Amino acid sequence: MTVRILNASGCLDALAAPEVARSLDAFVTKTITPEPREGNPPVRIAETDHGMLNSIGLQGPGIDAFVASHLPRLAALEVDLWVSVGGFAASDFARCCAALDGEEAVAAIELNLSCPNVEEAPETAAELVAAARGATKKPLYAKLSPAQWDVAAGARAVVDAGADGLSLVNTIRGLALDPVTLRPRLARAVGGYSGDALRPIALACVYACASAVDVPVVGMGGVSTGLHALELVAAGASAVALGTILFSDPQAPGRVRHELRAEAAARGFDNPLAARSVSVAGFGKPLQIALNGTA
Amino acid sequence: MRRELLRVAGVEPVGPYVLLRLGRGGLDPGEPGQFFMLEAPGRPLPRPFSLCTAAAGELGFLLEPLGPGTTALAALDVGDQIHVMGPLGRGFELDVAKPLLVGGGIGVAPFPFLSERLGGPPALLGFRTAFHAEAAALVPNATVVLDPVLVTDALPDRPGDVLACGPAPMLDALARIVPGAQLAREAPMACGYGACYGCVVERDGRYVRLCLEGPVLREAA
Repeated sequence: MTVRILNASGCLDALAAPEVARSLDAFVTKTITPEPREGNPPVRIAETDHGMLNSIGLQGPGIDAFVASHLPRLAALEVDLWVSVGGFAASDFARCCAALDGEEAVAAIELNLSCPNVEEAPETAAELVAAARGATKKPLYAKLSPAQWDVAAGARAVVDAGADGLSLVNTIRGLALDPVTLRPRLARAVGGYSGDALRPIALACVYACASAVDVPVVGMGGVSTGLHALELVAAGASAVALGTILFSDPQAPGRVRHELRAEAAARGFDNPLAARSVSVAGFGKPLQIALNGTA
Repeated sequence: MRRELLRVAGVEPVGPYVLLRLGRGGLDPGEPGQFFMLEAPGRPLPRPFSLCTAAAGELGFLLEPLGPGTTALAALDVGDQIHVMGPLGRGFELDVAKPLLVGGGIGVAPFPFLSERLGGPPALLGFRTAFHAEAAALVPNATVVLDPVLVTDALPDRPGDVLACGPAPMLDALARIVPGAQLAREAPMACGYGACYGCVVERDGRYVRLCLEGPVLREAA
């Protein structure tokens, strides 16, 4: 066992770039919905000083076409396959999971409970997980939003509902304006914010959830180096996913894996996974802020 | 899909534009109209540029320093190194009988390489000002029109096989006037290799990724 390197859902098309998918320990698909979706109108992406916004809107073939035509080609890549599923009601999650339950090529299902670019389901995250749980025996990873005050409570709820693991975190909603017109740069105004600036937020969520529940955590959010990956492991993750960095550097999986080993070894860990011991006992009490504003 | 660290061989002003010349390394120049993703120093995402010139051992890119990425690229010095990935996407189809290159502004960028491959066909180029039009010197056999005259005003009655690159309104007008024209489109792009789904354009009622299906699209004849 070591720290597995995955891609964040929606940040890689394994059929367009199979060599990149093969460089991962597992490939996670873009989120599949029950029906085909064209996604949101362009403009869909906007770079900001420390990251990027996206508003793709779950463009995809729908679960039936995915199973019939995409899945066999993905299976032929011979890389562990995780399928991300999403929807607009608990029944959508159930339908997608039921369609994947008998597919041998699918190692795990990630439940996208937190896409910032589409309408939310009326049910709670726990209810969506429970519906998925009822439809499949596959390992279920619940992907949570960092935009909740008590993410650990959210984690406990989805684990109680049957999630086998957590994917932390999804993008967080953001807005970028054109500096001349002061109009939104994205066609749908707001989008999901990712990249460098998401990293401390992801670390806090991973730490909070890993302290609250005893399931594997895939950490993600602004990872672009092995040290970033090791930090997520130290905070409690047992696997790490790469997102925005894949857009600029498709060779990142191999590089991050190599750097992760070196960074772990430099700190006396034979195996990067051993860095989890740093936070097992807790990072200590939350920092007390003195009344005069100094820590 | 190759990505390498390339060394800056030259940064030369061309009117208000900048010709950034990079040592080619192991990268192939590809076909005219294909593009490369260039690391923009200090920015989170690389930028797509079609290849402008393909001198021996070099790759040349014409850029207009407007935003933070192009400004950072224009500020590079000889000897600096940046990551470059490519060639990517689908370029121009070169098997044409009577080529006419039609460009507007920075859309002239892919034409020097394209013109070389096509043996110097006629080109019709539109620019905002005479200063911008200095870029026409990069393209042999070019006729230049300046604002407010548009390239569509100056098209010959029988334009032949139009290969075009320029602002979207110009390309949209050409699509109406010249069925079958090859149009090099542009879209904000995070990755350039089909990963992000950011660069979609509408084709026949569907959103397709410009980085994979284009950037050169052939309009229905």
